[in-house]
Amino acid sequence: MSEIAMRGWRRADGRKGIRNYVAVAYLVECAHHVSKEIAWPYRETGAHVIGFPGCYPNAYALKMMQRLCTHPNVGAVLLVSLGCEGFNKKLLERTIRESGRPVELLAIQDNGGTRSTIEKGRAWVEAQLKALSEQPTEPMAVSELVVGTICGGSDATSGLTANPAMGRAFDFLVQEKAATIFEETGELIGMEGWMAERAVTPELGQELKACVAKAARYYETLGYPSFAPGNADGGLTTIEEKSLGAYAKSGASPISGIIKPGDIPPRGGLYLLDVVPDGEVRFGFPNISDNAEIAELIACGSHVILFSTGRGSVVGSALAPVIKVCANPRTYARMADDMDVNAGRILEGTADLDTVGREIFDLVKQVGAGAATKSEGLGHQEFILTYKSFEPIGPACLPAVA
Amino acid sequence: MASSEAGAGSDTDPRLLVLAPGDNIAVARSEIAAGTGLSVAGRRVTLQRALGFGHKIALRDIAAGEKIVKYGAPIGRATAAIALGAYVHNHNVASDYMPNTVAVEAAL
Repeated sequence: MSEIAMRGWRRADGRKGIRNYVAVAYLVECAHHVSKEIAWPYRETGAHVIGFPGCYPNAYALKMMQRLCTHPNVGAVLLVSLGCEGFNKKLLERTIRESGRPVELLAIQDNGGTRSTIEKGRAWVEAQLKALSEQPTEPMAVSELVVGTICGGSDATSGLTANPAMGRAFDFLVQEKAATIFEETGELIGMEGWMAERAVTPELGQELKACVAKAARYYETLGYPSFAPGNADGGLTTIEEKSLGAYAKSGASPISGIIKPGDIPPRGGLYLLDVVPDGEVRFGFPNISDNAEIAELIACGSHVILFSTGRGSVVGSALAPVIKVCANPRTYARMADDMDVNAGRILEGTADLDTVGREIFDLVKQVGAGAATKSEGLGHQEFILTYKSFEPIGPACLPAVA
Repeated sequence: MASSEAGAGSDTDPRLLVLAPGDNIAVARSEIAAGTGLSVAGRRVTLQRALGFGHKIALRDIAAGEKIVKYGAPIGRATAAIALGAYVHNHNVASDYMPNTVAVEAAL
């Protein structure tokens, strides 16, 4: 197989982006409409809307926005404020400026309201897109990639085909020193003992168990595990059965560490992203929908997201391409336009796990070389960010760094 | 993970997928109609109800309280005795971690 030549835009922090977007970021829901209107004419040429809807400040949301606005796929950022919200916009603006990116802050209350803010915002975005289109790219290696994985709209096929195939792709990526991230600790319940044995140190193994125990406690308090009626309709009976399938996404590599939203993996390897908040249960469900998890994976530096679905999710994401791996051959037949890979062939006996895993690995590189995923081509740019609270990771979580 | 062929003995109908040796359930590769006769672990059974794609039936008699094993891993425990060839889902299996969130009726 001929080598696929990835190219990236080098940022001041040394990371490279596989896309060169302008992020239009609302800092409170009150500025969301104006942000959408600003980005709309440029939605197919590189403007992506992200933001935080809450008026009350939140340290997690600030860190998320700092990481997202300085993500390697982002070349410039327009911040849109109403003017009176609690978000620490000056700090966010400074973080972006110090990252070497052009940044502009428009407060609607100071700019004559909706209409004139949209006009000013569009003029700025247009100028930035033109400048970004002239920036040169450089060759990029697999070892410079960060790849996240998630499953959504799971059914009984997810754990049989797409998840183990994505796990195989993760193994190929880790062999070439890419950083890979799996998460959904609430969907690893019952797997923690097996998972701990894969940790690079016994202390990390204990942390992995504690991480899943925290998730179990959190969901128990909420009285609702991460298990939807659609999962049962698809033949999954318990959270453990679903977990077994979800766990397969991690592949077979040793687990190098635990990170939390906004932490960037220090080097290649396999990392668990702990998405369940610390402390007392506050602010409701940890992840209210798949895109909340995707946003966290991207905030950890993920360039590409591998998304497995059995029932047929259609989502993409702002800022990073989503590769849809369809587990169920019937779903694939019904929704082929939304799916990048047909892992259902494993169930039909026309392809094996290695073949599909290799296909996913090659597709990651093609997307890194500029090819659009199905969801990108269809214009999907979902984004959601809500309130959470976290403590920093403990010293045993990244043993290779200590 | 075991290959999809692991443990699929010739004494079990090919429309059923046995994921790993030692599993006490099999998964339907495609929908199988109610009343269909199937070989399950060498025994002849008639499906009492349609088996949806991806749904499970018992490969042997399972006692109440016994673990349900899929892919070699326990996925819950039987809440009642389950006969070989019977449908296995949230009406007769409970999680060891959390209460099932979907009403039993919804699965029947």
